[in-house]
Order: sequence, then structure tokens, then C-alpha cells
Amino acid sequence: MTPISGAAFAWAAVVKIPLVFAGLLVLIAFWTLVERRVAGFIQNRLGPNRVGPAGLLQPVADGLKNMFKEETLPPFADRFLFLLAPLMAFVPALITFAIVPVAAPLPTRWGLVGTAIADLPVGFLYILAISSLGVYGFTLAGWASNNKYSLLGGLRASAQMISYEVSMGLSAVAVLVLAGSITLGEIVQRQQQSTWFVIPLFFAFCLFLVAAFAETNRLPFDLPEAEAELIAGYHTEYSAMKFSMFYLAEYSNMVTASALMASLFFGGWDIPFTAWDDSAPWSFAKTAATFVSFWTKTLAFMFAYIWVRWTLPRFRFDQLMDLGWKVMLPIALAYVMVIGVAVWALEALGLPFGTRYALALGALNLVAAVALFWGLDRRRLIGGAGARARGPWRAPAAAAAAARTGGAD
Amino acid sequence: MRTILFWIFSGVAVVSALLCITRRSPVASALWLVTTLFHLAALYVLLDAHFIAAVQVLVYAGAIMVLFLFVIMLLNLGRTGPGDMKGAWGRVVAGVAGFVLLGELLAFRLAAPPGRLRLPAGAVEHAAEEQGAVTAIARPLFEAYLVPFEITSVMLLAAIVGAVVLAKRKL
Repeated sequence: MTPISGAAFAWAAVVKIPLVFAGLLVLIAFWTLVERRVAGFIQNRLGPNRVGPAGLLQPVADGLKNMFKEETLPPFADRFLFLLAPLMAFVPALITFAIVPVAAPLPTRWGLVGTAIADLPVGFLYILAISSLGVYGFTLAGWASNNKYSLLGGLRASAQMISYEVSMGLSAVAVLVLAGSITLGEIVQRQQQSTWFVIPLFFAFCLFLVAAFAETNRLPFDLPEAEAELIAGYHTEYSAMKFSMFYLAEYSNMVTASALMASLFFGGWDIPFTAWDDSAPWSFAKTAATFVSFWTKTLAFMFAYIWVRWTLPRFRFDQLMDLGWKVMLPIALAYVMVIGVAVWALEALGLPFGTRYALALGALNLVAAVALFWGLDRRRLIGGAGARARGPWRAPAAAAAAARTGGAD
Repeated sequence: MRTILFWIFSGVAVVSALLCITRRSPVASALWLVTTLFHLAALYVLLDAHFIAAVQVLVYAGAIMVLFLFVIMLLNLGRTGPGDMKGAWGRVVAGVAGFVLLGELLAFRLAAPPGRLRLPAGAVEHAAEEQGAVTAIARPLFEAYLVPFEITSVMLLAAIVGAVVLAKRKL
């Protein structure tokens, strides 16, 4: 069966666009509830459980409340940009999801329908491009509010997102090198032929994970809205539905980042340990099963976002910048080189692409990871201001020896 | 369909370019420039140049213009300031330069492109179909034009070093 094209493709898109976006919005609405319930669970309390059975109608109540609340407009704000900013944050966050394939292609009367709205030829670049536009929403919100805290939040947001976009793009380069393609559909296919890329590209996954947390402004990197320092950062002056827009933007960024991690490193819609779902003949059952598989992975990452939120404390802004530019960027650059050389060497050795190929790269990663964490764990690269003043960390025995010989530390 | 889309995108691009140079507020100007760049990317998509379109949005609209905005906001140039067109001579020079540019563009429009630059019909679509949007760019860039590419990167490196030296006198 051939993929649909032409008019049929356009009609399929017309059907898929409302379906995907309505589904996303429902997921986001319920995820706000999940976040609060899980937060309650982690903090040994119940969380919202009053509206509807087990609190399930809480998102509806929140939505209604936000729609009927008073819309405030600060008197010295730039009116137009103040209204535009929530939209500029919300729209890019939502449309990045358009190219993520959420299941195996579905056979229909008219041909094979892909499960992404459009698997663009530029694939991953589209995601980077559109998500880079999301910065405008936060920056403009901060500036247009005409409030010092908001401005600081907006500046932090743009600085942070630009810095971590670099590491995010570079860590994904390793994936693209190994996949030999840039479209998400083919990246998933290559993982089905070998193993999930988290094994051969463990480092890239770690970098991508950290960068994804920073890109979505979630703890431990939620500096733009750090309430202890900036009231609420860029959305201090926003109320009612406009505030909800920022909230929705944050959550849809989270969904997209989780879906990307699942697609790039955890096989996308691939079901592990079976080849049944990898190839034609396609059927409805395959689409349904792979759909479940994809969302299991994605929701697991979204759960991790909440989990990390209640586990790690917030970074300081200079630590955040140090981590982004002095640690992640050099590691990402070096890693691209290592993977490039390794792929070239494996091809020169004539090893065909497959499970063994991926496992060989995985072994290389293991060696590199041990070496790297040995270096990182000495507070040489990351550390608070106190650590910098005290100098590099030394093992207690060495420090004691230094103290005995009168060496100042 | 393509013709309609072309007129929509190019119309918005031209109008927002005009708004970009006529607005007094630097923030508004910068945002209209972003709009222009984004619609140019849409025109590239219509030309089947998907890679250029993605990179246009990623680099120009998404990175360079954000930095522009960042600087504008840090200097707090947001409120209207005086125009930078000073005196009658400034206006005359600007007008002459504008007409020269217009004349050059018209000359380009009228002159036929040299035969070597013209591709047979459907060549771009064929290459994109056969090699993928990125490979079709990457092969010539890193094989035939490798040396110019590397020279460009050295130039950018020089610019970065210059910026660091200017910003940090004491190193």
C-alpha cells in the first residue's frame, strides 16, 4: 500500500489537525491535575480531590475559573504586545508537535496515512526552528508588562533558552548522524532496525534531557519564574486566560519535549522485544498497539518532569549559564566528534548497521561515561561560589595530608 | 494554489518590511523584521527549498533577532526616541541611495539569468526526492565547496574573537 498524496493528503491533514490538537489540549488539561496529585503524593498529602470523582473534574473547574476571572491590564504596559505575548508563547509550543509520528501508519481505503500531521523533509530542524520562536512570547511578556521583575524574568528566559538550544541541537546531531536522516519517521525506523538510540548515544540522551528541562523552564531550571526571586517572572502581570496561556504553553512544551525524547532515543512508537510492529502489512491493531507504546514512553517522561521538580532544588542563574556554556556545550561538541569518528571507523570495518553496531557504540559510551563522570564529580566544573573559593575538591586523605604539611587549601 | 500562497506571503513580507523601517519604536521594528523573515521562509518553502526555510527561521528569526531584541531590552530603547535622519543632506543621500537600489533591482529583474544558472524544470524536486532535503545541500557544500565553507567559518571565528576582545579588555 502506498502512502497517500495530493488531495487525499490534504484531507487527511484536515482531519488530523483538530484531532491531534484537541487530544493534546485534553492531555495538557489533565496533566495539570496529574502534576498536582503527584506533587501531593510526593509531599505526603492528597492534592485536589474534591471536584468530581477523585478530583477528575478539577481541570474543568480551573478552566471555568480562569475564563471568568478579571482580565487585568497594567496601566503603563505596551497594550498590543502585552496581549500578543501569551499567544506568541502558546502557538509555537503547540505546533511543534505536528511532525511527531505517534503510531505506526494507518491503512485506509485511500492509502497509508502517516500518524504525524506531516512528516516534513526537514524533520528535526522544523522542531528547532519553531521552538526557537517560542522565546519571543516570554521575552515580550517580560518587556511589555513594564515591570522590573517581569523584565528580569523575560531576559532570563531568553538567555536560558538560547543557551540551551545550542546544546539541544548539538546533542541531537549525534542522533541524526547515526540515523543518517533528519525526518523523525526514518529515525524511528533506524531504531527498529538496531536498538533504541539511548544505548549507542547515552551521552546525547543525557545532554538532551538536561537541555529539554531548561528549554521548558521547568525545575531545576525555572529561573525565569523563580517565585522566591522574581514574584512570578515574566507572567507576574498576567491574569485569567492570558495567564492560562502561559501555563498551557509550558505544558505543551513538556509534551513535545517528552515526545521528542521518546522518538529520538526510545524508539518512538516501536514496541520493544518484538519485530511484529516494525513492518508491513499494516493494520489497525498495529496502529493501536504502537500508539499505546508511544504514549507510555512519553507519559513516563512527563512523569519524570514532575518527579524531578520535587527532587532537585533550583539552580542559581550563574550556575545555570556555567552549566550550559562551560560544561554541556564542550561535551556536546566533543561527543559529536567522537560519534562521527566512531561511525566512520565502524563503517570502515564493514560492520553492517544493526544491533551489534549499536551495542559497539554503546560500549564506547560506557567507557566515555566513566571517564567523564570521574572528571565531573570532583567539583572542578560545577560547584557553588563557596566551592570556587575553597578550590578544587580533594579526597579527605589528601586534604589531611596537605594540612599536615602546612599546605593552605 | 501556489500562486495565491505566493501573493499572500510576499504581500505580508513587503508590508511588514515597510513597517519595519517606518516604526519609531525599536521593539516594534525588530518584531516586524521577524515577521518579514518568517514570510521569506514561507516563500522558500514554496520554492521547495525546505532546508533553507528551516534554517532561515532557526537562525534569523529564532536566534539573531532574539539577540537583537535582548539588546534592545537591555538598553531599554523601547520607548520612542528621535529619528536618526538628520538635516536635508541626510534625506537627499538616503533618497539617492534608495533610487539606486531600486534601479539595480529593476535591472536584475529585466536581465535574463545566465544559462549556466538555469536548471531544467523539475530538477530541484527530483534532487530533493532522490536525496532528501538535507543531503541535496550537504553534498555540494561539503564536497565541491568545502574550502569556501571553511574560509567562512574562519571569518566567523575572527568575528567572535573580536567581540570577546572588545567586550573584555582585561583577559
